[in-house]
This record gives sequence, structure tokens and C-alpha cells, in this order.
Amino acid sequence: MKTQNQKAWFFVLPVLLLVAFNALIPMMTVVNYSVQETFGNNVFFWHGVGWFEDLLNSERFHAALGRQILFTTIILLIEIPLGIVIALAMPRKGIWVPVCLVLMALPMLIPWNVVGAMWNIFTLPDIGLLGYLMNTTLGIDYDMTQDPFAAWVTIVTMDVWHWTSLVVLLCYAGLVSIPDAYYQAAKIDGASSWSVFRYIQLPKMKQVLTIAILLRFMDSFNIYTEVFVMTGGGPGNSTTFLSIDLVKIALGQFDLGPAAAMSLIYFAITLLVSWLFYTLMTKDDGK
Amino acid sequence: MTITLNKITKVVAGQTHIKPTSLTFQTGHFNVLLGETGAGKTSLIKLMAGLDPIAAGTIEMDGQDVTKLSTQKRNISLVHQFFVNYPHMTVFDNIASPLKVAGMAKSEIQGRVEEAADILQLRPMLHRRPHELSGGQQQRTALARAIAKESRAVFLDEPLANLDYKLREELREQLPELFAGRGAVVVYATSEPEEALLLGGSTALMDDGNVAQFGPTAEIYRKPQTLTAAKVFSDPPINVAKVTKMGSTLIMGNSARWDSAKMKDAPDGDYQIAVRPHHVTPKPSPANTVKLNGRVLVTELSGSESSAHFAMPDADWVSLSHGVHPYQVGEDHPFYLDPSACMLFAEDGQVVAGGAV
Repeated sequence: MKTQNQKAWFFVLPVLLLVAFNALIPMMTVVNYSVQETFGNNVFFWHGVGWFEDLLNSERFHAALGRQILFTTIILLIEIPLGIVIALAMPRKGIWVPVCLVLMALPMLIPWNVVGAMWNIFTLPDIGLLGYLMNTTLGIDYDMTQDPFAAWVTIVTMDVWHWTSLVVLLCYAGLVSIPDAYYQAAKIDGASSWSVFRYIQLPKMKQVLTIAILLRFMDSFNIYTEVFVMTGGGPGNSTTFLSIDLVKIALGQFDLGPAAAMSLIYFAITLLVSWLFYTLMTKDDGK
Repeated sequence: MTITLNKITKVVAGQTHIKPTSLTFQTGHFNVLLGETGAGKTSLIKLMAGLDPIAAGTIEMDGQDVTKLSTQKRNISLVHQFFVNYPHMTVFDNIASPLKVAGMAKSEIQGRVEEAADILQLRPMLHRRPHELSGGQQQRTALARAIAKESRAVFLDEPLANLDYKLREELREQLPELFAGRGAVVVYATSEPEEALLLGGSTALMDDGNVAQFGPTAEIYRKPQTLTAAKVFSDPPINVAKVTKMGSTLIMGNSARWDSAKMKDAPDGDYQIAVRPHHVTPKPSPANTVKLNGRVLVTELSGSESSAHFAMPDADWVSLSHGVHPYQVGEDHPFYLDPSACMLFAEDGQVVAGGAV
């Protein structure tokens, strides 16, 4: 005889509450804003998909999205290979291991707005170490508050400095988990160091690399704090990424409807691309 | 094809792991390295494979000095005790990996892999991954890789130790056939004397980083040159006792004395005798004539054999006999020794006379 009761629901309830308060309810608020128009005083009017249509046809949004995609692409193309190379070069045993690990972890321990402030001062043409060195000592015209290209180079360099460590540490964890026997087997097979990388190290790092790519994608696609502190989206609009634009619309102009619509589209893009990455990178695993 | 070791040594952090060792391994039969865990079997194999640096000495393969040659260029195969296969590759790719690395044509790789897979009955598993195989299949995959590669030397480092009893017997029977006629020098490390005897060929007895003795397996089993060699090549452990020789008489403590004609040429004095457990029986026979009195400590019945550990003045001895023999633990029991099977060693361990049958 099978007895049935509804007790199981009580076990699910805590999770349900947690998810409701930290995801569903805030999310539904945003959805709610995105389909309405307001002129203040807490009075709302139904606006349908109007905000979405406006946004998807807006050049300002296209430009910000373009900058965002370009930035994330550059970040992934630099940080992932660089992270792998540094992880491969790090010692596997001995007294230098903890030294390297701490050095690697340092940039990640600094609060993001402090990173922004640090780099801001670092690049000031008159007193910043880098700014002064470039302009006065080397004679290269460098001012990221004036030159969009300099601003991009600086932000990319800052992000590489700040976050490559994450890729390094994840890859390193994957590398040290490879037993010596595999390296010996590869040597005996006659494998070159490239083959060892291709057939032993890379496959072993695959899972951590999936995580690294996902994290670096999401983080760089949602980058806000450092850029806000360093350039505020300038010069002009040259470093106005999606998140910075979003904050301008939502808090600067207090356009709740368009900002909510943009949030949802932003969220959808991040989710979709993350899902794509994940699916593509794990599609062989089940076999 | 031969491998010649010329006084090779291995030193790690000031400690000598392998003392100067000179050996010549031939093709055509199994070369067994026999010794306990820690005797240096794996170390010696790693030196030959080039995985660890040699402190002194040279290694030659077919007369070519390979001491400085990297592992990659030595053209060898190695099968470990634990199963080493690339986890993300199929069985086919695992077997093919050394061939791919060597840049062989696809059609030839296909042929070689399928041949090796057929020999080791892996044909139906070629598209599985290692984690979908049993232990025996994983080890057969590793063996297939060694066979497909057709290398100059194949090192098998206790390849059967992690397999269950039945599989071990089965593979042990197959192994000599697998490598017969392939021209590779096969070096097989094991800690089981029985395995060395079954695989035949020649055996190097290893003890504490030394080669105690090297030669045709049957010969060194019968005629160990030192007490150490006799000890390494005996399971259960060989029985050892102090004896005093006077003329042609051997006196063992207060318990036994007997005449030994074949040892009469040695000068009088103190010696050690060693005798294998199956030459000590609980009942007298035409051969087993010397009576010993011992107190039974432990008994074991294993199907058709009975073994008893019993206390003797110098050490505990073991008797191994056919048939079921009821012992009472703690009782005093006579045991009968075959004097012709005794080996006589000088106090420094060098053989003086004898040799078991």
C-alpha cells in the first residue's frame, strides 16, 4: 500500500520563499514597470510592448550593445588564453606555490570601486605614475579623459589586471589535479609538449575553463563599477556600456519604463549567451 | 634487441635508491624483476624509461647509448599497476595515441589498433571510454597500447596487481603469448615469487636497491647465491636457522643433528641453513628424515594444502604440506626436514653448498 500525503511541500517551501524574495518578486517588479508608463505620483498607465519596440529601434541602445559586445569579446580573447599560459607557467610544487597564489589572488581582493579609483589616479597625465611616465618621460600623448582609444586601452588593461587571476586560479586548480602518471604516459607515447597540452592538460581543464569563460563573460558583460569610476562612460559616449547607459536612464533620467525594458533585454541577452556557451562547451560530456 | 645497464645508480636528496646495477635484458623471453615493495623495481623501470635521472652509469639499447635520450625518443612502452588511460578518449584513441603522436597514416593506425584490440578482446569496446570499462578491460587497453606501439622495450610494472584473482590468472597466461615474437625486450616487475616462476625467462632478484642475483628463473630459484636471494625468491618466507658444522654433521641448536654428505667439503664452523617451507612436513617420509620439535603458532588450511607456523629456537618456521593436516594451536608437534633440500650459507650470507630441488 502506498500512502500519499502532501508533506513534501513543506520541504520545498524554504527554497521557494528564498527564490521568490531574491529573484521572482524583484524580477516581476521590473516586468511590471516595463509594460507601463508613469508621470510620477505612483500613477501608472498601460503601455504594452511600447518600451521594448522603442528600445530595439534605438540607435543609442544599439551603440551601447555594440560597445558591450566588443568589450566582452576583447576581454575573453585576452584573459582566457593569458590565464591558461600563466597557469601553465606557475610552479606545481615548492615554496613558490603559495607566493604565486597570493600574488595572483591580490587583484581580486580589492573592492571594485577602489580598483576604479586606483586606475583613475594611476593614469592621470600630470601626477599618475602611468600617465606621467607616458606623457613626460616617453613623450606619448596619453590621456584617457580626452582620447577614446586611450580610454578603451586603459579599461581593457585594468580588467585584464583585475580578473585574469580568476582564470589563472581556476586553470591552475585543474592542472594540479592531473596525476603525474598521465604526464609519464604522454612522455612514453612520445608526445611533444604541445600534444601534452592538447590531449591531457586542455581536456582536464575543460570543466574549469567552462566555468571561467562563463564567469568572465557574465562579469565583463555586466561591467559597471570600475568603468563608472574611471571614465563615467566617456570621453563622449565611447565607454558607455549597457550597464552605464542603463543607470543613466533609470537613475539619471528616472525613466522607469524604458529602464525596465532595457534591464529585461540585457538580462535575456546575458542568459542566452551564457546558455549558448554552456551548451556548446558541455555537449560532448554526456557521451 | 637488448637493454644493457652499466652500473646505473639513482640518488634522491643524498639517499641512494638504486645502488650500482649492471644487467642485460634480452628479447625472446620475460625478464622479471622480483622483489618486495620498496625494493627498487619501479625505480629501476623509471630509470630505464628515462622518467627519472640517473646519478651515474649508462643505459644502452641495442648497443646505442640512450642515457641522455629523452623518454619521448626511447621508443618504449610502460604499463602501470594502476590503470593509466586518457579518461576523455575512447579505447580506440587511447590505443592509437602513441601512433598518432608518431604521425602514422590513418589507415595504418586503424589496422594496428584493431589488431591489438583483437588480441586483447577489446573489439566491442573500442568506442567506449575508460570509465565505462571494468578494471580488467582498462588494463587490457593499456596493454593494447603497448602492443600497438611496437616499441623496442615494454616495461610492465606489476600490471596484474590491481586485478582480481581470476583475471590475474587469465592475463598472466596470455602475457607471454602477447609479446612472443614481437622483438621487444619485456621487463616485468612483480612482488610475487610464484608469478616469476610462472612467467619463466630470466629473473633479477631485487632487495633494497640492489640486484641480489640475476639469471634464468629456474636456476636462480634452485641455486640462490646468497641468503638474501633465497629469501626474496620464496613465498611463504624461507626458513632460516643457525647451525654448527663438525665434520659431516650439522647441529641445529639442541633440537636436531644430521649428516650431510654434500656439505662435507666446507670447513667446520657456524653457518646458516635455509629450507623452503614445502621441504618441512608434519610426517616423516623417505626424504624427510630429520625430526624437529616445534610448537604450533598459527595454522592455515587452503584447500589441498596445510601450512603451520611453528616456533623454533632462532625463529619461527613454516611448514607447507599437501593434504589436510589437523594441527592444534599451542601443541608441540614434530616436523620433518628434508636434509638434501637444505641450502648452507656462510655467516656473511654467501652460499656454501646446497640448492633446493
